[in-house]
Amino acid sequence: MRLERRAHRPLVLVLLAPVIAIVTALAISGVLIAIAGAPVLEAYRLIITGAFGTRLGFTETLTRATPLMLTGLAAAVAFRARVWNIGAEGQFYLGAIAVAAVAATVFSGWPPYLLIPSSLMVGAIAGMVTLLVPLGLRLRFGVDEVVTSLLINFVVVLFVSMMIEGPLKDPLAFGWPQSIPVGADAMLPKLIDRTRLHIGLLIAIVVAVLVYFLQSRTVFGMQSRAAGLSPTAATFAGVPLAKTLIKVACLSGGLAGLAGAIEVTGVKGYVTTDLSPGYGYSGIIVAMLANLHPIGVIAAALFTAAMFVGADSMGRALGIPSYIADVTVSLSLLTMLVSIFFTQYRIRR
Amino acid sequence: MELLEIFASAGIWGAVLRIATPLIFGTLGALVCERAGVLNLGIEGIMTFGAMIGWLTVFSGGDLWVGLLAAAAFGALFGLLHAGMTVTLGLSQHVTGLGITLFASSLSYFIFRLVVPLASSPPTIEPFQPLVIPVLSTLPFFGDALFNQTAPTYLAILLAAILAYVLFRTPLGLAVRMTGENPHGAEAQGVNPIAIRIGAVMVGSALMAIGGAFLTLSAFNSFFPTMVQGRGWVCIALVVFASWRPGRALLGALLFALFDAYQLRLQAVLGKAVPYQLFLMVPYVLSIIALIVMARRARVPQALMQPYRRGER
Repeated sequence: MRLERRAHRPLVLVLLAPVIAIVTALAISGVLIAIAGAPVLEAYRLIITGAFGTRLGFTETLTRATPLMLTGLAAAVAFRARVWNIGAEGQFYLGAIAVAAVAATVFSGWPPYLLIPSSLMVGAIAGMVTLLVPLGLRLRFGVDEVVTSLLINFVVVLFVSMMIEGPLKDPLAFGWPQSIPVGADAMLPKLIDRTRLHIGLLIAIVVAVLVYFLQSRTVFGMQSRAAGLSPTAATFAGVPLAKTLIKVACLSGGLAGLAGAIEVTGVKGYVTTDLSPGYGYSGIIVAMLANLHPIGVIAAALFTAAMFVGADSMGRALGIPSYIADVTVSLSLLTMLVSIFFTQYRIRR
Repeated sequence: MELLEIFASAGIWGAVLRIATPLIFGTLGALVCERAGVLNLGIEGIMTFGAMIGWLTVFSGGDLWVGLLAAAAFGALFGLLHAGMTVTLGLSQHVTGLGITLFASSLSYFIFRLVVPLASSPPTIEPFQPLVIPVLSTLPFFGDALFNQTAPTYLAILLAAILAYVLFRTPLGLAVRMTGENPHGAEAQGVNPIAIRIGAVMVGSALMAIGGAFLTLSAFNSFFPTMVQGRGWVCIALVVFASWRPGRALLGALLFALFDAYQLRLQAVLGKAVPYQLFLMVPYVLSIIALIVMARRARVPQALMQPYRRGER
């Protein structure tokens, strides 16, 4: 038996790859659910009804999918250019804390139509800066940005913790470590009343479409793709490599920072150190499930969010740890890598 | 002056060895993988799983050494998964490694929660007791610090010596290093690069898991989620700092632990004057600095992160 590269990738296989990956991951998780002593099919039924069956569940899924779309896009645009941005978690938090720092202080008294866009912009810029550090270290000193962007995540979360227990601490929070609120005017309008769903969802979808056009219709999109396929060839073809990578990093870090800004102005209104249940890391999974395609990211984010919301309610009903969602989602990343591989290769005897 | 007096207490030197032990195991594990040409970013998750399964084994009645062995066995299994994907199939080592970290840590949390449904305080086990080396431990000052450690700590130091010997003085070590430098050349010399890589990643991952198990079986006596706290990523940085040499890895881990032990005591001395988070940032910032300093000097294994397929260039 040996592996042989396919002459061309069949479109059906490429489209089926995520489906096969997710089904495999669900099957393996099913074994775990069975070991935990719960009826497997009933568990899956409860996950689906929990995520989509009720108004509350469905809006919650969409609310959770919003930051995942943006962190997923952040990973997708970076990975396509082989910028290994694993620091979306840190960029998310710095974006969030930057908004908390300015929205009710520097921007205080601004009308909402000015306040909200400027706040989101500040969050995006904070995210950009967070990623430009590891990219700068790569370009200047040749340091692998994977490890540095990961390490920076820990530094940023500690910085946020320092801020919300120090200069940005909310004096009215009964001693809880949380930041000063961004204020009612900075909050994103709700999409549906009496739910947590806010217009951030629409922003995320529009951004995904914009990223798609940026990647498929502009010189920058072509250059970033070339930089990812082969940096040497791209340089020979006249692509300004460093410049392109810096632009990619600005876009990627900006998207992750925007995710943090939208989460704080859309849902909570203030920053705590549990604002993100790992949105930055899950974004990597979302991007891979989407095969780095910006529109695919929307679907992948919905799947991931649905797993988390559905597993929460399934876990409560059946007494299964809701970590099963994390297991399934991370497994689907691994199975996706394998199924993408088999769109490119086949086994020959 | 108070800041320097910290070094004069014997306690800090004992703490350095304790803090360094998981880092030594983890760094040596990552080093073995990378010497064969495979970057293993699964380390953070593998350490978490090692910590969980080691604790669980002892909690359900196993011996402490059986706990370490269980961690090693499961570590090797995750290594096999990583190698199967990155070596056999040649998939991206970055993404696969991260996937394994996410998978192994969420699986650890799932199993832990299944065994221990929400308890207010995590259940504890009887951890490794210090193994006092007779005579040496009575030496003034350093005696108590260096020869009053638990068994895995001595094992970690011994392991660095063994690995240095195997890598640089045996045919097997030569085969591993050749595979990491030039797998095509290795194959021409009759070495099977695929087998070497799979083996190295399994051994390396087993060591990482033992490093994780040290946390629950010796450093603390219970498991809790997120307890590995980025130690795996620190180890990846330490491998670069060590220029892929076991002796320097040991030195790097000790140096790193010295800073960590120092900042812990500094917190006590400086107290409220400086936010404690600044101290907690020290290990991560140090790792980044170590990477910057060594990036251009370190001799990277030439075939690191390059998949090897027979007949393909």
